[in-house]
Amino acid sequence: MKIRVNGVERTLEVDPEMPLLWALRDTLGLTGTKYGCGEALCGACTVHVDGLAVRSCVTPMRRVDGKAVTTIEGLSKDGSHPLQQAWLALRVPQCGFCQTGQIMTAAALLAAKPRPNDADIDAAMAGNLCRCGTYPRIRAAIKKTAGVPRDEPGDDK
Amino acid sequence: MQVPLAIGLVLAGSACGGGTPRSHAPLVLREVPITELRSVGDFAGITDSTARSQALFGEASRVLLHPRCINCHPAGDVPHQGMQLQLHDPPVVRGADNRGVAGMQCASCHQDRNQPMTRVPGAPNWHLAPIEMAWVGRSAGAICDQLKDPKRNGGKTLAQIVEHSAHDELVAWGWQPGADREPAPGTQQQFGALVAAWVETGAACPDNPQESR
Repeated sequence: MKIRVNGVERTLEVDPEMPLLWALRDTLGLTGTKYGCGEALCGACTVHVDGLAVRSCVTPMRRVDGKAVTTIEGLSKDGSHPLQQAWLALRVPQCGFCQTGQIMTAAALLAAKPRPNDADIDAAMAGNLCRCGTYPRIRAAIKKTAGVPRDEPGDDK
Repeated sequence: MQVPLAIGLVLAGSACGGGTPRSHAPLVLREVPITELRSVGDFAGITDSTARSQALFGEASRVLLHPRCINCHPAGDVPHQGMQLQLHDPPVVRGADNRGVAGMQCASCHQDRNQPMTRVPGAPNWHLAPIEMAWVGRSAGAICDQLKDPKRNGGKTLAQIVEHSAHDELVAWGWQPGADREPAPGTQQQFGALVAAWVETGAACPDNPQESR
């Protein structure tokens, strides 16, 4: 099947039921996307399929045939995406395992809602777990990227 | 709230205690296991068409009120899951189009079919019922009124309600929920036949809303 991964056309001979995460990590060597729970419960494996944030651990390859997949490696080539820069500036990660999934979900949120309020952020990010508890810094980094003052709940537009 | 139990019912012309005309002789419907539905023919002994219609809806409501169905007809903004109507985990919210919010949409995890290896349920067009179609916490009679109201049934005619009940792919998931989930009672074919018979007999709703119990 053919998929466009981070802007590059790929032809993969894989089982249509293989989880996208397996293809990304084991077949294509894109190990920035992490395996967390394997059951769509933690968000560590989040990538974009045609712009939609999906859990790649439960997404079969047949669903992405002919579609565009973006992983953390494709968000920017050099870590210059505003979210990545905000993550660095605010020292968001602790252990860092969940961060690629966090950033990919946050990117999907900002693409749909450039100036999210706290409730928007909480609703979008609720499925991305961080066992280090960096949630306040994750929220702050999203607001920094969006240009929303950190100490304000954010507008509703 | 608890799941309605399938039992042998002693009725005075109507099932499930809804709108019981006093003038009719008591009728005993055959007992069925909790996993099964009575057939349309089981209600033929109810001679009053309104009472028969009410009884048919009462039987169909055993599907409507089953967790496989009402879990995605929440009265709030969070779907339910499990047999005890726990709030959905991860904590997804309804969103403007009943398909979640950016970054946390139904389709972020749910596929077009069940995923056996991960137990994540799936079916085509996976989404929440709109808030006007909320069923959780409501009686069979109240749901009956909703189903007949185009403003609260997605603008459907009764014929479309029958078709939806009998053939919709997302409705069908209720009988093939995958993993260790308990399916809705009976079959979709039986459910569709009950709804069709309910419509054919006048689509009467229980006079006294049947509280789920």
